Amino acid sequence: MSDGSERPLTGDFRSDGRPLDMGEYERAGGYLAIRRALKEMSPAEVMNEVKASRLRGRGGAGFPTGLKWSFVPDGEGQDAAGPRYIIANADEMEPGAFKDRILMENNPHMLIEGLLLGAYAIGAGCAYIFLRGEYGRAAKAIERALAEAYEKNHLGKDILGSDFSLEMRLHMSAGRYMCGEETGLINSIEGKRAIPRAKPPYPQVCGFMGRPTVVNNVETLCNVPHIIRNGAEWYKGLSQKLSADGGTKIYGASGRLKRPGAWELPLGTTARELLEEHAGGMREGFGFRGLLPGGASTEFILEEHLDVRMDFDSVQSVGSRMGTGTMVVLDDRTCPVGMQLSLQKFFARESCGWCTPCREGLPWVVHMLRAIEAGEGEMEDIDLLLEQARLLAPGHTFCALAPGAAEPLGSGVKYFREDFERHIRGKRCPWKIKSL
Amino acid sequence: MLSDAERREIEEDIKAYADRKMGCVGALKIVQRHRGWVTDEALKAVADHLQMTPDELDSVATFYPLLFRRPVGRHVILICDSVSCYNVGYEDLLGYLTKRLGIGLGQTTEDGRFTLLPVACLGVCETAPAIMIDSDVHGGLEPPEKVEELLKLYE
Repeated sequence: MSDGSERPLTGDFRSDGRPLDMGEYERAGGYLAIRRALKEMSPAEVMNEVKASRLRGRGGAGFPTGLKWSFVPDGEGQDAAGPRYIIANADEMEPGAFKDRILMENNPHMLIEGLLLGAYAIGAGCAYIFLRGEYGRAAKAIERALAEAYEKNHLGKDILGSDFSLEMRLHMSAGRYMCGEETGLINSIEGKRAIPRAKPPYPQVCGFMGRPTVVNNVETLCNVPHIIRNGAEWYKGLSQKLSADGGTKIYGASGRLKRPGAWELPLGTTARELLEEHAGGMREGFGFRGLLPGGASTEFILEEHLDVRMDFDSVQSVGSRMGTGTMVVLDDRTCPVGMQLSLQKFFARESCGWCTPCREGLPWVVHMLRAIEAGEGEMEDIDLLLEQARLLAPGHTFCALAPGAAEPLGSGVKYFREDFERHIRGKRCPWKIKSL
Repeated sequence: MLSDAERREIEEDIKAYADRKMGCVGALKIVQRHRGWVTDEALKAVADHLQMTPDELDSVATFYPLLFRRPVGRHVILICDSVSCYNVGYEDLLGYLTKRLGIGLGQTTEDGRFTLLPVACLGVCETAPAIMIDSDVHGGLEPPEKVEELLKLYE
């Protein structure tokens, strides 16, 4: 079993922040996994190894990766009827999340190798990296890595002497949270407005250009080379039995902390350890009030919940989700209503407008929050906010954007209700005294 | 009408795509790079070039915050107003910038040097508060006076 010090995803990063080039990546064991897979493993064996590793999607939903791949129909190999596609979801736009950027800026070849293995497993001949437009540094790193990979025949025709071929291209987007929703992403890359598609059919059956398509998060894909190189058992051991799931996780934390940042740790590390040891605790003069465990679209948790293990199932036991694993901390000198307003403004602005509860409900929520923050709210607004949180929840909308907004809204009003009431009773924001 | 340079760059960019339409965001970025923003005329020319209708292309162009369908200044300052920045000094930074530049969000300075716009999380939350000027992301802007050194880089 691992001693918890292994950092397969980040351990080989250069200290100067520059991306590993092809030679450096290969010297660190890079591209051994795809060499091995092409020589010794069938696509089904690659898929089964990933299934056995218990790798779950790191984009936030935690769906088992091997299982996702297995939904691609038509049997094995690239000769099956018609093209298939694999797309790396690099549209990291969850507020508070910055882990995929770190991976791409520092080790773009790891993502390329992950895509190669995924493509081999599902029989895809074409791969895209869908990158958000704001990630210019990552784009440069990926472009250079792609050129190196083509030059060395790690991409292109008959890769490394095998009969497996893969074309890979970077697609630079232009912002917009909806592109991270996988069907919205597929519409976007096809050159359409990024509205979500009805499911079923799922993308694995009918996705990009109407063909079977797998969309995986960057961090998820970066785990795959390590699983194939070292085996599913090794991978499961990385989480040190802290979690039923395998591997490490890139956790992060932002807010009024001594050392905000990101750390690769065994999956199942507690929120308290992240906050107190790795982030160094709260900055001098600031007290802890609560946090969003995995980005903007997760429920608040409080001090009493901090011993929860940060993995997919455990965080649900305290009424939230691990999401992206990048925590956003609320301190006692920041107004919880103002923070909520910032959250809901984001969701309202990013709503694609396709379905009514999201398009109409979120601006209404923003309107009410703005009134409360300005000291113009009324007591019944609080129950209206809770009602909206219920009406924006799963089952009422076309995709997960509005339910994502409902999570911090419902939990925020519940946990910080007294602060909402103080705004309404006092007809002003108690945190705004200094600016008067 | 597209210029020769624009046409050449667009053709180069869409080469590897299976369908011309797939290159539409890239093509709009190219004309924006040349013209500063996506004018109605440019939109029609790109639509024609990619065999799309202008409305079809505008449904894409109006969707993305990094594509400008109205005139902007020589440099665009995008200030992150998402939650991680909000919690660590966004309001102070916004207040400083609006006072310093004499404009509010969505406005352009009289000399045409800067446009100020809000933007969603820039993914550098560990160095919040952050802004993006043109295509460069800058974090660690607390206290907000730190932005002065940056502004000098964008004449």
